Amino acid sequence: MNAAYEPNAYEPWSADRGTEIIESLSHVEGGVIVILHAMQEAFGYVPEAAIPMIALARNLSRAEVHGVFTFYHDFRHEPAGKHVLKICRAEACQAAGGDALAARAEAKLGVKFGNTTADQRVTLEPIYCLGLCATAPSAMLDGRLVGRLDEKRIDALVAEAQR
Amino acid sequence: MTSSDKALKIYIPRDAAAVSVGADELVSAFEAEAQKRKLAIEIIRPGSRGLLWLEPMIEVATPEGRVAFGPVEEKDVASVLDAMVANGSHALRLGVAEEIPWLKKQTRLTFVRCGVVDPRSVEDYIAHDGYRGLARALTLDSAGIIADVTTSGLRGRGGAGFPTGIKWKTVADTKADRKFIVCNADEGDSGTFADRMIMEGDPFVVIEGMTIAGIAVGATKGYIYIRSEYPHAVEAMNEGIAAAKRAGYLGDKIRGSAHTFDLEVRVGAGAYVCGEETSLLESLEGRRGIVRAKPPLPAHKGLFGKPTVINNVLSFAAIPFILDNGAKAYADYGMGRSRGTMPIQLAGNVKFGGLFEVAFGITLGELIDDIGGGTFTGKPVRAVQVGGPLGAYFPRELFDTPFDYEAFAKRDGLIGHGGIVVFDDTVDMSKQARFAMEFCAIESCGKCTPCRIGSTRGVETIDKIRRGERVAENIAVLQDLSNTMKFGSLCALGGFTPYPVMSALKHFPGDFGPAPSRLQAAE
Repeated sequence: MNAAYEPNAYEPWSADRGTEIIESLSHVEGGVIVILHAMQEAFGYVPEAAIPMIALARNLSRAEVHGVFTFYHDFRHEPAGKHVLKICRAEACQAAGGDALAARAEAKLGVKFGNTTADQRVTLEPIYCLGLCATAPSAMLDGRLVGRLDEKRIDALVAEAQR
Repeated sequence: MTSSDKALKIYIPRDAAAVSVGADELVSAFEAEAQKRKLAIEIIRPGSRGLLWLEPMIEVATPEGRVAFGPVEEKDVASVLDAMVANGSHALRLGVAEEIPWLKKQTRLTFVRCGVVDPRSVEDYIAHDGYRGLARALTLDSAGIIADVTTSGLRGRGGAGFPTGIKWKTVADTKADRKFIVCNADEGDSGTFADRMIMEGDPFVVIEGMTIAGIAVGATKGYIYIRSEYPHAVEAMNEGIAAAKRAGYLGDKIRGSAHTFDLEVRVGAGAYVCGEETSLLESLEGRRGIVRAKPPLPAHKGLFGKPTVINNVLSFAAIPFILDNGAKAYADYGMGRSRGTMPIQLAGNVKFGGLFEVAFGITLGELIDDIGGGTFTGKPVRAVQVGGPLGAYFPRELFDTPFDYEAFAKRDGLIGHGGIVVFDDTVDMSKQARFAMEFCAIESCGKCTPCRIGSTRGVETIDKIRRGERVAENIAVLQDLSNTMKFGSLCALGGFTPYPVMSALKHFPGDFGPAPSRLQAAE
C-alpha cells in the first residue's frame, strides 16, 4: 500500500560488513546498543559472530556484550520472518478488547506470540505500548502503524502479512 | 502542488495516532483528487491537536481560521474537498478548530503549538512565539534561570514529581569537567502518549527546554533517549535537531552567545525499566538497563559519572513557557503543591479519548465523564487505571479525587505521567492484577529480589486465588508479598507494581476468588 513499508530485505551476514558497521560507529560514546541496533538493521538479527567483534572493538568481555544483547527485548538472535506483526498487549489495548483480537491473530497464524510461522513468512510478537492508546487496539506491521483494530481490520492485517 | 498564495492550504496530521488510522493515505488521496480537478493545494503535516477520536482530523485554512473536518476516511475526500473549496457545510465539518469545545476548555501552555505548527520548520516555531524563552534565558545568569524554574513550582512530569528547580540547582552547584542534560523519552506506560505527541508535533519546544537547561547548569551536551516503539518521534526529533543546528539554535555559540549546546537522539531497545532514570543512564552508556542504587544521585554522578539533569519530555517542554512568560504565569495555575498544567491522556475504552491539558485540580470524575464522555462501548465505567502499569485502579466511588500529586498519594494512587485508562463493566479485576505482576516479571531488571522473584510469586498466587485454592490464605500471602515489594524494591517498577494489585483487591474484592463467583458478581 505504502512504498515506505516494503517487507524486510536484509543483507546476508559477513564479517567484513560487521567490521564496517562497528568502525563507522567508533566515535559513539557508550555505543554498544547503537551498534547492536545497526547490526539488526543490516542483517535482520544480531549474528552470534558479531558479539566477540563488538567486545574486541569496545574493550569489553564477550560476556558483557552478550549480557547487553540479551537484556533488551528488541534484539533477535535469529532472523525474523519476512514480515513482523507486533500487537500491543498493554492495558489500554486490553480495555479496548485487544486480548480477543490478539488470540484471533494467534489462531489465524497458527503460532503463539514470540514465534514465526513454519513458512517463515510472519513473526508474531507482543509489544507493550505503541502510544496509540486512544485509537486502541493497535498493532504495527513492519513499521506501519494500525489503530482502531477490530475483527475485520486484524484479519486484513494478518492476510497482508501472510502474502 | 504549489505553494502560491492561491493554493488551498490543507493540514493533515503526521502524528502516529493519526497515521495509524489513515492520515498518510489521505495525503495521497487529496493529492490525486486535486490533480484530477487541476486544483492548487498545499498539504502541511502538523502534529495532532489531540482530539484523537476525531483522527484523522484535517483542517483547511479559511478567512475565519482553520476549519476542521473529522474523522475523515478516504471515501470522504472528494466531498470534503468540495466543502473546503466552497467553504460550505459537510457532515464531518467541525467548525473552526480552536472553537471546538473539547479544545477550547483546555489550558494549553505546553501543547499550545501541537497540531498547529509544521514540526519540521524552525521558522514556523519562531513565528508561533518559539525560542522566546531561550532569548530571555540568554539575558539571565544561571541562578536567574534556575530561580524562575524553582518559583514556577514545576515538578517532574515523568511521575515522581520532584521539584525541577532543585534538581537543576544541584547540578549547577556541582563542579565537573563535563555535565549532561538527559531527556527521558522512554514513555512506556500504557495509556500515555503525551511525550510522543509533543515530540512529533512540536519537537523544538523540547529542544528549547533542554537548551535552556544546558545553559542553566553549564552542560554542553544533551541526549534524548527515545523508546524504539516510537519511530515517528525519533524521526521528528532528529529532523528538529538538524533544523535547529542549521538555524544556529544548537551547536557552538548559540545565537551569538558564549554558550555551546548539542543534542543527540539515542534509541532504546524495548526495555520498560529503562524509563527509570538510573536504568536509562546505564542504557545510554551502552549497558544492561540495571537500576543503580541511590545515592549517588544522578545530579551528582549521572551519565558517565558526571553531574546530570535528567527530566521527562514534558518537564523540558514546560520550560520555554516559564522563561518566556515568567514563573508566576505558570504557578498561577494548579492547586496545592501541584502548580501549572498537566497534559492528561484519556485512553482505553473511552468515548472521547485524547490529550487534555488542564491546570491541576480537575477531578477524576470530570475527566472521565464530562471530558471523556464515558466508555465507547456505552457500558458503565467500572474502573480506571491512572498513571500507567504501576498506577492504582480507581472505582467510581473515588472519582471525586482531584488531579494533584498529594491527593492521589493520599488515596494510595499516583498520577504518574498523567495517563488514564478507562475500563467498562466487563473488566475482570483479578486478571488486571495478574497482568500487573506478569508485566513486572517480564520487565524486571533482576537486580533486587522483591521485584525479580516477588512478581513471579505474585502471578502464581493470583492464579491460585482465581482457581479458588485457599482463597483467604492466598489473599493474605498476596498482601504480604505486595508489602515486601513496595518497601523492599530498589526502584518504582517493583515498588509500585503493588499499587494496581492492591487497589484492585481493595476496591473489587468480589473479583478475587474462583471464576464462578467472579461471573456471578459481574451479573
